Amino acid sequence: MPGFDFSNYNRNAALHARGVPLPKATSTGTTIVGCIYDGGVVIAADTRATSGPIVADKNCEKLHYIAPNIWCAGAGTAADTEFTTALISSQLELHALSTGRKPRVVTCMTMLKQHLFRYQGYIGAYLVVAGVDPTGTHLFTVHAHGSTDKLPYVTMGSGSLAAMSVFETQWKPSLTQEEAVKLCADAIEAGIWNDLGSGSNVDVAIITADKTTLKRNYIRPNERTQKLKSYAFEKGTTAVLNEKIIRKEDISKLVSVHELTDESGDKMEVDV
Amino acid sequence: MYLDVYSADGGACVAMVGKDCVAIACDLRLGLQALTVSNNFPKIFQYGDHVFLGLTGLATDVATMSDLFRYKVNMYRLREERHIAPRTFANLVSSSLYERRFGPYFVSPVVAGLEPKTGQPFICGFDSIGCIDFAKDFIVSGTATEQLFGMCESLWEPDLGPDALFETISQALLNAVDRDALSGWGAHVYIIEKDKVTKRLLKGRQD
Repeated sequence: MPGFDFSNYNRNAALHARGVPLPKATSTGTTIVGCIYDGGVVIAADTRATSGPIVADKNCEKLHYIAPNIWCAGAGTAADTEFTTALISSQLELHALSTGRKPRVVTCMTMLKQHLFRYQGYIGAYLVVAGVDPTGTHLFTVHAHGSTDKLPYVTMGSGSLAAMSVFETQWKPSLTQEEAVKLCADAIEAGIWNDLGSGSNVDVAIITADKTTLKRNYIRPNERTQKLKSYAFEKGTTAVLNEKIIRKEDISKLVSVHELTDESGDKMEVDV
Repeated sequence: MYLDVYSADGGACVAMVGKDCVAIACDLRLGLQALTVSNNFPKIFQYGDHVFLGLTGLATDVATMSDLFRYKVNMYRLREERHIAPRTFANLVSSSLYERRFGPYFVSPVVAGLEPKTGQPFICGFDSIGCIDFAKDFIVSGTATEQLFGMCESLWEPDLGPDALFETISQALLNAVDRDALSGWGAHVYIIEKDKVTKRLLKGRQD
């Protein structure tokens, strides 16, 4: 892995020493869950992203692709979950290509934990890893410091307690797919209603030996109702001091890259 | 001395989706805490026919990043022999920010544009370490974030035409910055359509 660029670190540390608070990163607040059933595994997530007390995104995606048969639900620092899963997904794809085998969930989990352990918890990614591979159905949680768990049902994020309360009261061994999906969706809903860091919709992914089904916005209990009145302003409401219109013909004068029709060999001369 | 890098220089930026068009707008203030240094410091930069970037936050980083992206986009154009698409540019911004995960630039970027082939509107926002916020309606950033969220949440509606979108984004920005001491002093508004881009300078309060 190429690694990070720390060249702004000293400047930011000096700023911080003068009392500057560190920048607020988008957090996924989050309720994420996973549950194994007979024949596969289900993972689910809410869709709220927060920045402090502000709802930054009302319908974000917390279910990340790793491989066709392995998916990940992410909580914690949004950028970290996004990039860590993308990085491991890329490495796993190359690994699958070079071995000629389907990637395994344990491999994915081990790569994630080794990456996160190396960064001592500073990469704030808390993940639920789920998948089906030739060795069977698997469900893990990976914490930012590198510890992992292997359980039949798991919850993570700020809404994990609300979600776990649903699992602890309703879970039973040997579930059907419909029962598992319902259980996971109910657990996410518990987070949506009872945890302030979670909200909006329920996303669900069902992974079986032959296919993965991603159900984006499986439940939408917080649909915005139509506004009763339009607040559109009349044309000319805003005072304009200066106006400049750039049309397509004018834009083309500024363009320095053109599609070449003939093979003139002038392709490098793109700038004026 | 207390100093917050995000509010040290002030500034606000907002992008909105309309029907076959997008809008992006920013204020023009540059400050040093409470002292206004300039009333002509635009925060929107163009990186192609239909690709715009708004940058708010620490002014030194706004300048550094806008130049860095000019360099990166020029290199992209030389390599690929085509303009960068807004979605590609958004991923470039995202990975450039995440590269500095542990020593970030203090900026909150906003990307607005039209997809080159389909002409579909595209907007997105970022946190300082590159997490992308894809929105179907609007994106806000800067010191007037909370005010802008309130304005946009109430004024924005789907399928606004270019003229209606201009009024909506202008009123949202102008009224938001009037309740923020650190931004304002006029505004720039870009309305981006398939065959033309209209740039307007707005009359705003100078206090």
